[in-house]
Amino acid sequence: MIDLEVPKKFIPLIKQARTVAEEVMWPIARKYDLAEHAYPTELDLLSGVIDGLDDSGTGTGAGATGASQTTGEDSLASVGSGRKTEEKSGVRNGTNMSSALSIMETCRGDVGLTLSLPRQGLGNAAIAAVATPEQKKRYDGKWASMAITEPEAGSDAAAIRTTATKDGDDYVINGEKIYVTAGERCDLVVVWASLDLSLGRAAIKSFVVERSNPGLTLERLEHKLGIRASDTAAFRLENCRVPATDLLGDPEIRTETGFGGAMQTFDNTRPMVAAMAVGLTRAALDLTTKLLKAEGVEADPDRPAHVQSAAAARLLQMEADYEAAYLLTLRAAWMADNAKPNSVEASMAKAKAGRTCVNVSFGCVELLGATGYGERELIEKWARDGKILDIFEGTQQIQLLVIARRLLELSSSQLR
Amino acid sequence: MQDLNRTSIADRGTAFGLRMLTKAGGLPVLQNSDTRKRVEKFLYRSTKEGFRSATVATKTFNKVTPNGKGPSRPATAKPKVQFDLTPSDDQQMIQEAARELASAVLRPAAEKADHDRKVSDEVKAQASELGLALIGVPDELGGIAEERSAVTAVLAIEALAHGDMGQAVALMAPAAVATAISNYGDAGQQATYLPAFTEDEAPSAALAIHEPQPLFDPLAPRTTGKISGDTITLDGAKALVADADGAALFVISALIDGEARLVIVEAGAEGLLTEPDPAMGVRAINAGRLILTGVKVPKANLLGTAEDHLDAVRRARLGWAAAAVGAAQAALDQLIPYVKERQAFGEPIAYRQAVAFTISDIAIELEGLRLATLRAASRLDRGLDASKQISHARQLAVTHGAQIGSHAVQLLGGHGYVKEYPNERWYRDLRGAGVLEGTLLV
Repeated sequence: MIDLEVPKKFIPLIKQARTVAEEVMWPIARKYDLAEHAYPTELDLLSGVIDGLDDSGTGTGAGATGASQTTGEDSLASVGSGRKTEEKSGVRNGTNMSSALSIMETCRGDVGLTLSLPRQGLGNAAIAAVATPEQKKRYDGKWASMAITEPEAGSDAAAIRTTATKDGDDYVINGEKIYVTAGERCDLVVVWASLDLSLGRAAIKSFVVERSNPGLTLERLEHKLGIRASDTAAFRLENCRVPATDLLGDPEIRTETGFGGAMQTFDNTRPMVAAMAVGLTRAALDLTTKLLKAEGVEADPDRPAHVQSAAAARLLQMEADYEAAYLLTLRAAWMADNAKPNSVEASMAKAKAGRTCVNVSFGCVELLGATGYGERELIEKWARDGKILDIFEGTQQIQLLVIARRLLELSSSQLR
Repeated sequence: MQDLNRTSIADRGTAFGLRMLTKAGGLPVLQNSDTRKRVEKFLYRSTKEGFRSATVATKTFNKVTPNGKGPSRPATAKPKVQFDLTPSDDQQMIQEAARELASAVLRPAAEKADHDRKVSDEVKAQASELGLALIGVPDELGGIAEERSAVTAVLAIEALAHGDMGQAVALMAPAAVATAISNYGDAGQQATYLPAFTEDEAPSAALAIHEPQPLFDPLAPRTTGKISGDTITLDGAKALVADADGAALFVISALIDGEARLVIVEAGAEGLLTEPDPAMGVRAINAGRLILTGVKVPKANLLGTAEDHLDAVRRARLGWAAAAVGAAQAALDQLIPYVKERQAFGEPIAYRQAVAFTISDIAIELEGLRLATLRAASRLDRGLDASKQISHARQLAVTHGAQIGSHAVQLLGGHGYVKEYPNERWYRDLRGAGVLEGTLLV
């Protein structure tokens, strides 16, 4: 039956995440925006709460690790990979949805702080998506970041130059990685490297590297436009030796299936980044609505926008775009929970949520004038934070490319 | 518990689908084997009786005094507990039936209907087999709804509008009146007006809310009704009314005692004039202007409350949003093969990001509009407040729906501008879907 409301069973989780956002994150958000690279120690206490939610047996994850575990512990097929698990009777609202919902709430609190929640990194999502049961056990309780981007390879992930060379029971990795979120604070770094540069994207594999590995050197932390509470690291990998058992997924180079293994992670992480954008958009809209109400401006959903004030009309439009982004995100998560292939839907959610969170948060600064632009309120910070959400895990343009290639059934050599 | 719930709902829905399909099954265009199979499966598992046979045709609405029984209302669907985008079996069948009608009948007739500003008798005959006018009328009043479902209506309108928005709206316009009287009418109004809609030749009827003035606000209509004794005297004008010169019955909105209300007005009332009011799009509805000058109707014709009027305004907007989804999907379905085929600079134009990204944008905004429309409808079916969600769907139709219409012409260049393709019609129709008030009701 068609119904687009959040199921009751997730309400306690949402409430808890909302409390975390409002009571823990809002009060410290500005502090860590100003103190870039300082570790938000308040989050250590919080991670206990988050882990508690994860382990509560309710099947509701609180962060990125919750995504994609629905196909069962023994299945290598991640959700969204197109491989169907056993037919289940009825519809599932599972961990992809609960993760999306709780991420929306914590990012309504703060995106940078959410990214700094221990053990909730995107690397954890990658591990959850493609690791074997043995690997999952080994990495359990560790905080994993994701290292894909290189100075000369951003959106074009297939162009990465980092290499991994088999040497006995080990791989030896050499290269340079940038924009590693939580790279300084994590325990593990999931590194993308090529087994053979001449074989293109099919040769790209992901490796789990211990942060303490002597071959892994932290070069610097970036100074950024926003999400300053989250550390963004640059690494050098120099003869970095990792055991072969730390390769994620299939060790063979299969030119026919190509990039699949590495790329399918995105089917799970993109809805989560979309959820971050939805949460930030909600924060901006909630505060702006409150501040405008104090000025006597309230949008009436029943009256045409054109008979209301320009500010009210703008709010109506921003709320409508928010709704579209929110529902596209829940749909992508719902599909993942129900083992429906969701690459296109994940990209649609990411594209819509990314553009909406930039347009809305920027628009809120405009509506609020000095109050929006100044540092007394968090609006200007959210407008800076939000921009990254239209960039990482695939820029707006990459999402449009993914969607178009799929809808038009064109290859990457046809539609470049 | 959920399973029990689902089963019982499906069972109660059976009657609805059965009635629909008993009618649909006889439709020549519905001889498609897939649809057929589903119909048979459905009929097999159903134990319900067939639909009530039509009563004798009459176009005069004899006033019926209530027999002491309260008015009948279509039941609202029971609350569901899961986020789910899967239509019920019944809804899928109604969708399929409506899609068949849309592709086999409405699409081929679209250009002519747009040009002639009317739905041909042939199309009307085929469509009436589906019993669309009864989609919101309860079972016991001869309708086909055991559960009133805005979601079902939204899916039906979307499917029809995929064929052609103009004819879809024209065909669903009488349903808006039947649904309004079912939902808001008292027992006397229901007994007086609804039987006509269950006849083979259901009357043409229109929900007239829009007015000519710029910045029209349906909550502040300029059409007024003055109550004096047992009579309401109506003055004003209603714009872009569906089939204004052919309808036998109107539900119009007017400001009465400071509140916007709905009033039933029969065609032929003294002082009620119509004139043609053609518009840029949705032309098949044969739009006309209603001029009301001292039109007197019994006070008993006041339909529902001020809250009901607001409900009708909202549900109409949702109907238009559903129509926008259908037309926008039609555009996307045509654009995808077109841009892959059309060559420029030695390769398909789809190979260019400027073109391909436009396709992506259309798809993204279309899906956002669709989901927002469905959410609003599902909230209505749950009995939850849907005012905000309807506003979202409306706003998305206003902006992105119209933008999709514009893209649909742009991607074809000059070919989009001439009537060789339906794109210029989608452009005109999609503009209307975010602008027009009333006419539809889900």
